Amino acid sequence: MTIQDQAFKPTAVLPVTENGYRGDHLLVAQMVEPGSRVLDVGCGEGDLLRLLETRGVDGRGIELSREGVNHCVAKGLAVVQGDADTDLINYPDDAFDYVILSQTLQATRQPRVVLENLLRIGRSAIVSFPNFGHWKMRLQLLVKGQMPRTDNLPATWYDTPNIHFCTIKDFVQLCDEINVKMERAVALDLYGRPLRLNAPWWFWNMFGEQGVFLLTRRD
Amino acid sequence: MVNVKPLKSDTASTERAHEADHPSSLVAQFGADKPLRLDCGIDLAPFQIAYQAYGQLNADRSNTILICHALTGDQHVANVHPVTGKPGWWETLVGSGKPIDTDRYFVVCANVVGGCMGSTGPSSTNPATGKLWGLDFPVITIPDMVRAQAMLLDHLGIEKLFAVVGGSMGGMQALQWTTAYPERVFSALAVACSTRHSAQNIAFHELGRQAVMADPDWRGGRYFEDDAHPRRGLGVARMAAHITYLSDAALHRKFGRRLQDREVPTFSFDADFEVESYLRHQGSSFVERFDANSYLYLTRAMDYFDIAADHDGVLAEAWRGTRTRFCVVSFTSDWLFPTSESRAVVHALNAGSARVSFAEIETDRGHDAFLLDVPEFIEISRAFLESAASAHGLTSASR
Repeated sequence: MTIQDQAFKPTAVLPVTENGYRGDHLLVAQMVEPGSRVLDVGCGEGDLLRLLETRGVDGRGIELSREGVNHCVAKGLAVVQGDADTDLINYPDDAFDYVILSQTLQATRQPRVVLENLLRIGRSAIVSFPNFGHWKMRLQLLVKGQMPRTDNLPATWYDTPNIHFCTIKDFVQLCDEINVKMERAVALDLYGRPLRLNAPWWFWNMFGEQGVFLLTRRD
Repeated sequence: MVNVKPLKSDTASTERAHEADHPSSLVAQFGADKPLRLDCGIDLAPFQIAYQAYGQLNADRSNTILICHALTGDQHVANVHPVTGKPGWWETLVGSGKPIDTDRYFVVCANVVGGCMGSTGPSSTNPATGKLWGLDFPVITIPDMVRAQAMLLDHLGIEKLFAVVGGSMGGMQALQWTTAYPERVFSALAVACSTRHSAQNIAFHELGRQAVMADPDWRGGRYFEDDAHPRRGLGVARMAAHITYLSDAALHRKFGRRLQDREVPTFSFDADFEVESYLRHQGSSFVERFDANSYLYLTRAMDYFDIAADHDGVLAEAWRGTRTRFCVVSFTSDWLFPTSESRAVVHALNAGSARVSFAEIETDRGHDAFLLDVPEFIEISRAFLESAASAHGLTSASR
């Protein structure tokens, strides 16, 4: 038995672009300044950390699943097994330039506390999450009257690591509430491609499959 | 069923006594001009450190891995043991083509100071008196052991270690290395260990020491003068310790409540159960290869260990600005050094911005898992050392 044989259950199954990277990862990587220090919270199998390393980033990771951690260590990444909900408190203020929460917010028990911690530990935070306000989600709940399931979020409601879904609109409201400044906001479509930049919020909230946000503290 | 072999007590004891002063492995001797500064304030001189070396040192002396052994281990990590005739204690990890690849790395493993396999300890001859040290030997600590290892490396002309690796007490030494000599350690793999010995672990050690000292054959630590050895006491100490190295699940899987060589219980205090006879065997075979006084000194060294105490109680201070790469590994069923202890180490390393990986391996085999063939652990060790080697510019072995 090797590490590679073990099953690994990600929080979301996202499409991969032609060059082998996930669309949201490419976007996140573009938001990170080369040579900076990055903590990837919920780093999964370490794909984003590897992409960042090619850009000269000093990356660290936290991952909840044992299998994910083993995959990462096997790739030579510095990844610690831990829980975003309980372990972020142990990191000192301003320890990193960026703290990334990629497709993990919806799997945390206390998204607000986690978000506050991200911006305490990092000078900036980059958060991406599936948008529960997407029209397909709305339609499934409206027409079928059942919890929505999509290709990217295939788990049933009773067997999913995702416990705190939100819409892009919800997230923007939360940022406002905890005094966080949105430096950049991008919505991605089903194929991981950015939507029109000048579209209004309601359009993103309806047609964005994911939201990707670069955040800083509002002083 | 457990196979209990008859012991050749006399020959084994004699061999062990001989190994204490004249080890069959390599040995480095330090004269009166090179004393070992002990934490207790005493300068130990002269003294010797017995060690084994495997593989070849490369041209730029950058491929050394130092292996630190656990409480009752020794330098014979990857060769047949001179006293027991058994294979090396870490053959799962060390050897040709294994994670600690002897074709690629220069592997050094030293018997700790205070031990009984050739490094100066209570069963060595005190040059000042010509008699064995016994309890006149000064109390030693984990930092003392590491200081002695550093002197050995100086002696071998090795300035920097590619990696320091150890489990249990060996893991404590590995962590101590990274805080005492950060500039000398490129990477560290610390398994099933902690930066301090817990109250529960001190309690178990005290139980073991009291068992040794309660044996009438201990004779105030000078048993060797009458050719005695506190076999029963040391055997009991080992039995108790051995239980802490396993887990209930592992014991149950291995033995359950099966009876040994009989169909019905004897209604006596014989070893009716397989697990009893297994423990008795563990106790008695240990006694043949280990010195009772060394057991007292080494358990004490673990008890005193507390890295944070040397940094005003703030563990993170121990690693402020460290450039060493760390990998910390724990096992789910280890109740001697539970995952929470490893996690505390990792938190402190993170607070010091160290480059650290941490994995908890799922197994029911308890603390001893680090010595056993646990594929996930072996894979992690290989992966960590592989990536550290490429970061250190070590090319693969040309085989």
